[in-house]
Amino acid sequence: MNRIDARFQQLREARQAAFIPFFTAGDPDLDVSLRIMRAAEDAGADLIELGFPFSDPVADGPTIQASYARALAGGQRVADVLDLVRRARDGCALPIVAMVSYSIVFKLGFENFLDRALDAGLDGATIPDLPVEEAAELFGPADERDFRLVCFVTPATTSSRVAMAVKHARGFIYYISVRGITGERSALPSDLAEQIQQLKAATSVPVAVGFGVSTPEQAAGVAMTADGVIVGSAIVKRMAQAAQEGKDAADAALSFIRQLGVAVKDPR
Amino acid sequence: MNAELPDGAGYFGGFGGRFVPETLMPALHQLEHAYEEARQDESFQKELDYYLREYAGRPSPLYLAERFSERLGGGKVYVKREDLNHTGAHKINNTLGQTLLALRMGKKRVIAETGAGQHGLATATAAAMFGLSCDVYMGDEDIRRQKPNVLKMRLLGTRIMPVHTGAKTLKDATNEALRDWMASFEDTYYVLGSVVGPHPYPMMVRDFQSIIGREARRQILEKENRLPDYLVACVGGGSNSIGLFHPFLGDESVRMLAVEAGGRGSGLGEHAASLCWGAPGVLHGSKSYILQDEDGQTSPVHSLAPGLDYPGVGPELSFLKSTGRLQCDAVTDQEALDAFRFFAEIEGIIPALECAHAIAYLMREENRTAEDEISIICMSGRGDKDLFEVGEILGLDSSEPQEDEG
Ligand SMILES: Cc1ncc(COP(=O)(O)O)c(C=O)c1O
Repeated sequence: MNRIDARFQQLREARQAAFIPFFTAGDPDLDVSLRIMRAAEDAGADLIELGFPFSDPVADGPTIQASYARALAGGQRVADVLDLVRRARDGCALPIVAMVSYSIVFKLGFENFLDRALDAGLDGATIPDLPVEEAAELFGPADERDFRLVCFVTPATTSSRVAMAVKHARGFIYYISVRGITGERSALPSDLAEQIQQLKAATSVPVAVGFGVSTPEQAAGVAMTADGVIVGSAIVKRMAQAAQEGKDAADAALSFIRQLGVAVKDPR
Repeated sequence: MNAELPDGAGYFGGFGGRFVPETLMPALHQLEHAYEEARQDESFQKELDYYLREYAGRPSPLYLAERFSERLGGGKVYVKREDLNHTGAHKINNTLGQTLLALRMGKKRVIAETGAGQHGLATATAAAMFGLSCDVYMGDEDIRRQKPNVLKMRLLGTRIMPVHTGAKTLKDATNEALRDWMASFEDTYYVLGSVVGPHPYPMMVRDFQSIIGREARRQILEKENRLPDYLVACVGGGSNSIGLFHPFLGDESVRMLAVEAGGRGSGLGEHAASLCWGAPGVLHGSKSYILQDEDGQTSPVHSLAPGLDYPGVGPELSFLKSTGRLQCDAVTDQEALDAFRFFAEIEGIIPALECAHAIAYLMREENRTAEDEISIICMSGRGDKDLFEVGEILGLDSSEPQEDEG
């Protein structure tokens, strides 16, 4: 069974939400990423979303953009990121999902990307610049390999497009909580819980919520209704701050992951 | 003939499409429907024609460059004078169309990306005239080298949004404009400046720019009573070239030449010749020829002409290249600079550095046409914006006699 599906099933039985930290592979270096990945489960993570650094991440705000730029400046290539996953698998049993631009996936060739990703130990991918229509021919090859292609839904997604996403959804649906790009927000939309409920009513696939979730309080709030909570920019920012102050970025990430994990598991 | 392209999903053969975050899909669908309605609405077309004529100064002349033709020693070279449009380039054809569409859609604010500043200026101008607020994203490097346009935009009431990321040029400005739009599309219209980006932009911008070719076709038939043999245009994103080419696509005898920025050489990072030296990839929402590395990371690009300094090109041109309908070549910075100067001296017309590439192509020995052949160059813009940059390179300041006398 795919690790993503297994984890969500287990959590569903425990009536708990999944906590999904995001960080960039190779920022500030591969060793930091590796240590986070190996310690993430103990720190309370259920799934890891691993950012493949990309030169032009249009869906991302300044925090993740800068993080990608640092990783690329550090010389990280796709092969290095895949190798990181392979090494992390020695010690990390969590499902790992790539967040990777379609620019990269298309250049590598989709099936080649799939085979290499699976071989490295990835369980799925979120491809933020690939809408469902354009993914039509990719779902088949992904399904054949038991690899999960995650679909996105936003507050502005029309009902006919929600239906399309639900039809193709595997692993989990990524619900983008806010309008715009990734980045921390002081407040999440007031009707977020309602929106999540609506989407959950339309599908049996778990719904994970990301974009803008920045604090343990917000994470707890989202965990009350969602099946999963994704936090990216707030983690990446703490890592960058730590690195700048000469502190260990992995420690900074893990201690924040711990706080968020507790909030998600025990939202009240 | 591909008048039917793109298909419903925005594809020109294998190129085009819509590779954007889900967040932008509603914005693109809204735009697609609004444009489809406007296209079929005679009053929209009439209004656009009115502004193109009364405000932009169309039709632009098709001028026979006699001394230039003579010096090349071959056939006649005509020049389509887009440089004479208000704001000094072809960009106004597109921004008047898109701004009218923005008004029709009830948007209060427009945003744009710009490289050379010509598209930013043309957007700022249309926004000022129609009373919309306007923000233009521009890379730091382009703000530096295109100062006159920056000052003009500010004078028109536009806010310049400096972009410090990446190479600080057009690609990075485009990223920022897209990010803005993702959060703002409810009240904001994104005026994209070339035939790039997700569907429907490549189609819509082509339609608005096709006025260039429609006029040129009519004008050449009036003057010469026959079709031209060659159409030559510079290619950044591709809007002036496809604008000239498109109305001639069905005329099999007409050959089309896309001239790209060869920069300092053919190594990755030294040029911006995506059609010539790139490969199919995905950037800024569509599948087309892109300059990128084996991992799909966008390559750095270089051109002396800021309007050509872009690592991608429109999907329709990519398609036309793949079918062999379009011929592509690249011209170096130095050749463009020589053509810039030569054309000014011999015709009294200072071309933009961008279209100086198209002129330079025809100046090459091996591209001289036969005496009975006719070429049309798209003079996509005037060189005023480039004077400081070129003046410095050519040392025009120091050669002034007043200065020598101190
Ligand atoms: C005068 C001029 N010509 C050409 C271009 C290149 O754009 P395109 O290829 O879309 O015509 C620009 C872009 O800024 C420009 O300012």
